[in-house]
Amino acid sequence: MTADLDQPVLEVRDLAKSYGDRRVLSDIALSLWPGEVLAIVGESGSGKTTLLRCIDGQIAPDDGEILFHSRSQGVVDLATLSESQRRRVIGNDLGYVHQNPRDGLRLDLSAGANIGEPLLQAGLRHYGRIRQIAGEWLAKVEIDASRIDEPPLRFSGGMQQRLQIARNLVTEPRLVLMDEPTGGLDVSVQARLLDLLRRLVADLDLAVILVTHDLGVARLLADRLMVMQAGRIIETGLTDQVLDDPHQPYTQLLVSSVLQL
Amino acid sequence: MNAPIAKTESTAGSYNFAYLDEQSKRMIRRAILKAVAIPGYQVPFAGREMPLPYGWGTGGIQVTASVIGRDDILKVIDQGADDTTNAVSIRKFFAKTAGVRTTTRTAEASLIQTRHRIPETPLKAGQIIVFQVPIPEPLRWLEPRETMTRRMHALADYGPMYLKLYEDIARFGRVTTAYDFPTVVNGRYLMSPSPIPRLDNPKLDRSPALQLFGAGREKRIYAIPPHTTVKSLDFEDHPFTTERWSQHCARCGASDSFLDELVVDDRGTRRYVCSDTDYCDSRLAAGGGR
Repeated sequence: MTADLDQPVLEVRDLAKSYGDRRVLSDIALSLWPGEVLAIVGESGSGKTTLLRCIDGQIAPDDGEILFHSRSQGVVDLATLSESQRRRVIGNDLGYVHQNPRDGLRLDLSAGANIGEPLLQAGLRHYGRIRQIAGEWLAKVEIDASRIDEPPLRFSGGMQQRLQIARNLVTEPRLVLMDEPTGGLDVSVQARLLDLLRRLVADLDLAVILVTHDLGVARLLADRLMVMQAGRIIETGLTDQVLDDPHQPYTQLLVSSVLQL
Repeated sequence: MNAPIAKTESTAGSYNFAYLDEQSKRMIRRAILKAVAIPGYQVPFAGREMPLPYGWGTGGIQVTASVIGRDDILKVIDQGADDTTNAVSIRKFFAKTAGVRTTTRTAEASLIQTRHRIPETPLKAGQIIVFQVPIPEPLRWLEPRETMTRRMHALADYGPMYLKLYEDIARFGRVTTAYDFPTVVNGRYLMSPSPIPRLDNPKLDRSPALQLFGAGREKRIYAIPPHTTVKSLDFEDHPFTTERWSQHCARCGASDSFLDELVVDDRGTRRYVCSDTDYCDSRLAAGGGR
């Protein structure tokens, strides 16, 4: 891993996407290094989630390159890979945390099975090992190990989100995409989740792209910040720099609209 | 027996051979050829209405109708038995519409249509066994969308299927799926073996007979060509096992066959008897009974 540290995990160049005549992403460029957290902020409809989905392969971009540094094959352009190639090349190098944990979990299967699924997908066929790893990860995300056989349907929202994070991190991905992971959680649960994320990111040397509209979350977690508006990146820089000295009028508006307590 | 034979000949005039018209049979044969070429892959086909209800073997009967020839000897079993309603009806159906010879002896049959069992007597090269399949898609419990399950098959994305085994072991300490136990054919496609008991799964593996599967309601045909590997899903530390009984067959004393549990009186007395009637009878005839 250390050999890769001087190379970006992800490099996006000139990415563009339109739906019909409507341009939803234009001239998107960004790079991300291992261990770095990049927050993307912007109003609803500014293209944050679309960008994330393009990187994750859920949406095919119209133009541009998404260069990903995979463990198995080095740098590949995700924009040109077919789905089967994508699975072979990337495997579990990339995780996606949905805003709503229900989208990223199998609610009717047990918590252990939810964590075990990516391991099974990666080819592990040993029940005892899967169970052991699932137990370890439940502990890491602060879920009581005795609840390993309970379905997440019976978990609270915060627990479900932690379980989803465990499920994404169990295969030790290089890059995790998070779409508002703290959305819909109350403030104290949010704070615990942020603490947990910060620790895991540091421990695992993860690269994270975090989409949020909560500047507080961005400030706590992110090293760098990108501001999007109408499908373009209008401002980018170190988080503190952007938040303390916003240049663009939109960013200034965004920063000034945060409640100061 | 002269009268029914005469009647068969007269109905053969009003029905096409084996009921289905030739174009339909050709269409189904094309699906079968494709299924044989891609072992375990579910080939869609334009299923026809058959004169029996869905769930009674409309898929199997169409496959049988398409592959049966005048020289074939047909055996039909339901849960292993030759004398149950479903088996009797389908056997009569082909005796009437195709005028073929029928048998209850596994070894004599060239074509066997079955529901829920594989005969205990090992199948030979040259025999064809046709399974009636209610739900051909082994991933359906996991994923209700057909588009998604097809995609999972295309990408051989079968990891999640093991979740079923995982959940069983976590809850009961062992895999409890007793029938329709998922298998991987030729190292590629995940396949539902139709609701045969686990005991029959090893018989699918490298069988010298051609195995065809027809699902009438879902309109899918799939196949296992002779001598193809069929592996039941398992974990390294929980290998696949078949059922065992503490008793032998009460009629023929067999210890290696699938036993049905029968309640024989009002006090709950139980007897265990071979579900494969032909196997049981031939053992009795050979003097193997108790």
